[in-house]
Amino acid sequence: MKFGRKMGLKMQGHHHLVAVSLNEQQLGTKRKYTSYIPRTNQGKYLVLWIIVFGFAAIYVYRCIDAGHQQRIQEGLVSMCDQRARMLQDQFSVCVNHVHALAVLVSTFHYYKNPSVIDQDTFAEYTARTAFERPLLSGVAYAQRVMNSEREDFEGQHGGTIRTMANKEPSPHRDEYAPVIFSQETVSYLNLLDMMSGEEDRENILRARSTGKAVLTSPFKLLGSHHLGVVLTIPVYKSKLPPNASVRDRIEATAGYLGGAFDVESLVENLLGQLAGNQEIIVKVYDVTNTSDPLIMYGRQTQEGDQTRVHVSKLDFGDPYRKHQMTCGYLHKAPISWTATTTACLGYVIVILAGYMFYTGAIHIVQVEDDFHTMQQLKVRAEAADVAKSQFLATVSHEIRTPMNGILGMLALLLDTDLSSTQRDYAQTAQACGRALITLINEVLDRAKIEAGKLELEAVPFDLRSILDDVLSLFSEKSRNKGIELAVLVSDKVPQIVMGDSGRFRQVITNLVGNSVKFTEQGHIFVQVHLAEHCKAVQDAKLDTCMNGISKGPQSKTLSGREAADDRNNWDKFKHLIADEEFPFQVVTSDGNSQSVNLMVSVEDTGIGIPLHAQELVFMPFMQADSSTSRHYGGTGIGLSISKCLVELMGGQISFVSRPQIGSTFSFTAKFKRCEKNTIADPKRSLYDDLPTSFKGLKATVVDTKPVRAAVTRYHLKRLGVLVEVVNSIKTAVSASCSCLGQPDMILVEKDVWLSGDDLNSIQVSGHVLKPPKIILLATNVTGCEFDKAKAAGFSDTLIMKPLRASMVAACLQQVLGTGKAEQGKVMANGSVYLRGLLRGRKILVVDDNRVNRRVAAGALKKFGAEVECADSGKAALDLLQIPHGFDACFMDIQMPEMDGFEATRRIRMMESKINEQQTGGPMDSRTTSEWHLPILAMTADVIQATFEECQKSGMDGYVSKPFQEENLYQEVAKFFESKPKPVTVS
Amino acid sequence: MAAVSQLQRQFVDYTTSLYNEEYLDDQFTQLQKLQDESNPDFVVEVVSLFFEDSEKLLNNLATALQQTSVDYKQVDSHVHQFKGSSSSIGAKRVTNVCVHFRNFCEEKNLDGCLRCLQQVKHEYILVRTKLEALFRLEQQILQAGGSVPVME
Repeated sequence: MKFGRKMGLKMQGHHHLVAVSLNEQQLGTKRKYTSYIPRTNQGKYLVLWIIVFGFAAIYVYRCIDAGHQQRIQEGLVSMCDQRARMLQDQFSVCVNHVHALAVLVSTFHYYKNPSVIDQDTFAEYTARTAFERPLLSGVAYAQRVMNSEREDFEGQHGGTIRTMANKEPSPHRDEYAPVIFSQETVSYLNLLDMMSGEEDRENILRARSTGKAVLTSPFKLLGSHHLGVVLTIPVYKSKLPPNASVRDRIEATAGYLGGAFDVESLVENLLGQLAGNQEIIVKVYDVTNTSDPLIMYGRQTQEGDQTRVHVSKLDFGDPYRKHQMTCGYLHKAPISWTATTTACLGYVIVILAGYMFYTGAIHIVQVEDDFHTMQQLKVRAEAADVAKSQFLATVSHEIRTPMNGILGMLALLLDTDLSSTQRDYAQTAQACGRALITLINEVLDRAKIEAGKLELEAVPFDLRSILDDVLSLFSEKSRNKGIELAVLVSDKVPQIVMGDSGRFRQVITNLVGNSVKFTEQGHIFVQVHLAEHCKAVQDAKLDTCMNGISKGPQSKTLSGREAADDRNNWDKFKHLIADEEFPFQVVTSDGNSQSVNLMVSVEDTGIGIPLHAQELVFMPFMQADSSTSRHYGGTGIGLSISKCLVELMGGQISFVSRPQIGSTFSFTAKFKRCEKNTIADPKRSLYDDLPTSFKGLKATVVDTKPVRAAVTRYHLKRLGVLVEVVNSIKTAVSASCSCLGQPDMILVEKDVWLSGDDLNSIQVSGHVLKPPKIILLATNVTGCEFDKAKAAGFSDTLIMKPLRASMVAACLQQVLGTGKAEQGKVMANGSVYLRGLLRGRKILVVDDNRVNRRVAAGALKKFGAEVECADSGKAALDLLQIPHGFDACFMDIQMPEMDGFEATRRIRMMESKINEQQTGGPMDSRTTSEWHLPILAMTADVIQATFEECQKSGMDGYVSKPFQEENLYQEVAKFFESKPKPVTVS
Repeated sequence: MAAVSQLQRQFVDYTTSLYNEEYLDDQFTQLQKLQDESNPDFVVEVVSLFFEDSEKLLNNLATALQQTSVDYKQVDSHVHQFKGSSSSIGAKRVTNVCVHFRNFCEEKNLDGCLRCLQQVKHEYILVRTKLEALFRLEQQILQAGGSVPVME
């Protein structure tokens, strides 16, 4: 919006309104777009992204690693527990066996009398059952010997009781426990007093009081360096009841069975059998004293993985002693590669994605910025374009005024006595000025089209008469140049079509004007056909062309000269004009379709368009090359306007051109079919008033060129004349009696006549009744030729080309003496038409200024209108009370009291009131059409704003004041061409 | 006949000078074109209408500007009328002064208005004299049996 305002302010006056509204529109559409991309700090977002996902990656790593660690821990626990259980099992197996030995000793040594066990038996037995006690290095049995019994015992066993420490004879004690039976592996224990060892003594005392197997704390075993524990089981003399007291037990004690567990080697042995031995460090502790655990197996040093240790309880069957096993991994747990790689890879991917977003965002922002810049530039460019058009329109208008002065002065200057040089200069200047005015008008037109101000109207009009008009404009020039100018409209084209006649005329005028400008000899031929028809013929023709039947193009075109578009020659043409028995399939849009697609082509035999310039033809201000404009004049804007107009009419324009041969421009245009009912009496209003008095007459056309003959036939047919075409005058004479009966007239082309055919034959054979009238057709005739023609018998008349139905009619009238004489000469300019349009019209001129009023009235009267004047808006309203007889009203805008706009508004209100009443009420003859008086504003300054104001208040158009003929004509033509002439006026 | 052609030349020269000195413009030519057999005195008629109107308007303007409180709206509408009729007959210099006059009206500049009134009066009298002379010449030509040359 800001931009729009700025641009708007730069312009001035009403122009900026246009620009602003344009910009608002532009920006309005632009605003709908919103961006979801952060416009700044993308870097910060990227860092944030990286950090957040860094944490995420660490979290993921933790999760995966925790699982891994747990598996490792579980592995450790299971290994440790397995080891502990095995150790415990083996231990208890040994203990049980030692128990069994104790039972054996008690059974066979004490219950049997005499004893059946001696040292040898015991030794052998234990040796043979040693495999049952893998954990025990050996077993021995010590007997309880009281001090009193020592001598008996020593005597019986033949030795003294010795201490364990130094194997000396034991000093006196209350009690001894000498070994009497021992396994061979521990035979050195024989007669050693077990009570002498501190550990053993304690063990013995505890064992006999509890009656269960007890263990010592670990200590260095005798005869080995290994740590070990001693197991002691009491042997009783008699069976004890289960609830025997400690005293009873001590009393009943007979001896003690003991065995040494070599824990170290045993555990070593055990672990060796298990898998995963290398990875794990196992330690066994005696934790009876919790504060000072005694190690039983394993090194005391701290090694291996201290972080992950599992402790398993060991129960060796002695409730007094507590043992435990500690396991740890030898090596630190390996890093979890899965976790590391997963986390790292994920993180890398996320970083890359982040970077992609980052660059993407930067790119998008950049593109958006570019887009906005472009949009602004676009708006600016469009505003500039509008400004340009406005500027052109304004400046053109401003230039026109002084240019008129210049032209007027030049005209005056030319009327004075001038030397030939001066006259030449002045004429040149005048020609230049005229060219400039034309250019300015064209630029104005183009600016209007570009500004989109040009809207096509849809009024019914007669295509053929418009073409005749256009041709008549150029008849002078073509005659001077001696070129053949002709028009032909296919019979299939409806008489009346709906469309913008003015613009259609403009296009045709432009194309024909160009052709006339660039053609020095030959012909210019305008054709109008139905587009579908044309296409069908073209397609069909293409097939026959393939067959290779291609005669020379001579004599196949209008003037016989070769034309650019071969396909347009007689071969095809004859099919186009053959209205009956049409041999090709045509998809015609008959009554059902509402639109008429016309194909108009303008063929000339001019200089053609150079190949290199053909692409530029429709660009404004482009001519083939700069020398062209120097030689022929013109700006080349006409074709571009024509193109715009044709496109507005829903068609396309194209051309075929061959240098030095000619060009054929053709365009299509869409018109609406005119419904018969919409116009009360179309024949009266729209048909150029062709007399009908020639209906049924017969004519023979003598022409060697079929195309030209077809054109003549077309014009005569429009007058209702039956036509026969023959090749020569002789045939005309001979055929005159045949098919059609005697012709009323014979039309002879000049070149046929000059080629030597004699007219006398007609005169001679001119027999029955009245002889046919002989008419000469010519493009140009020199004086002497004219005399010669007169002498030769063309006394009747000479029709100068280009042919137009109305002109032919006038000539025929003259020749045949039918009807009233044409009033006035046949003039080929606007004022004649203006006269035709305004004749008999009743027109109201409203102006408060007497002089203005008089001038306007004078101008309109000159063109045959009946003029009434009113000097104020109020007076006009009084005069225009319905019903009134006015056909149009010219209204000054600036008047005191009631200005032109206000007056018009009131008139329109009046009309609509009446119209409403009429639609409700009964229909009478006058109410078939609604009241709508054409009101034209008269204004001194013709600017856009005023025009819009005019339309707003219900005016139909405006004319510039003072009146200019063409301007007046254009505006007036809009209404009177499309409206029937009032019945009341005769 | 020599006298006629001399008169005609004089007429042409005079007309040309009028155009050159911008007393008249193209519109006057248009006016002349509108005159034909059916309407032989059209130009004279219109121009005398213009003279009558102008006298009236000049008087009105003089009175309007002498008032103690000047009604500029009134003055402007008078000038507008004057401008319209002068441009209709193509009295260009009068039209031009009227344009200035209206500007002063818009500014409510009394001095400017009075000055313009004098100017416009002056121009009006000038163009009247010139036109009267032109018509006299025309009459002379017609009396001498010649036709008035048509200015293109």
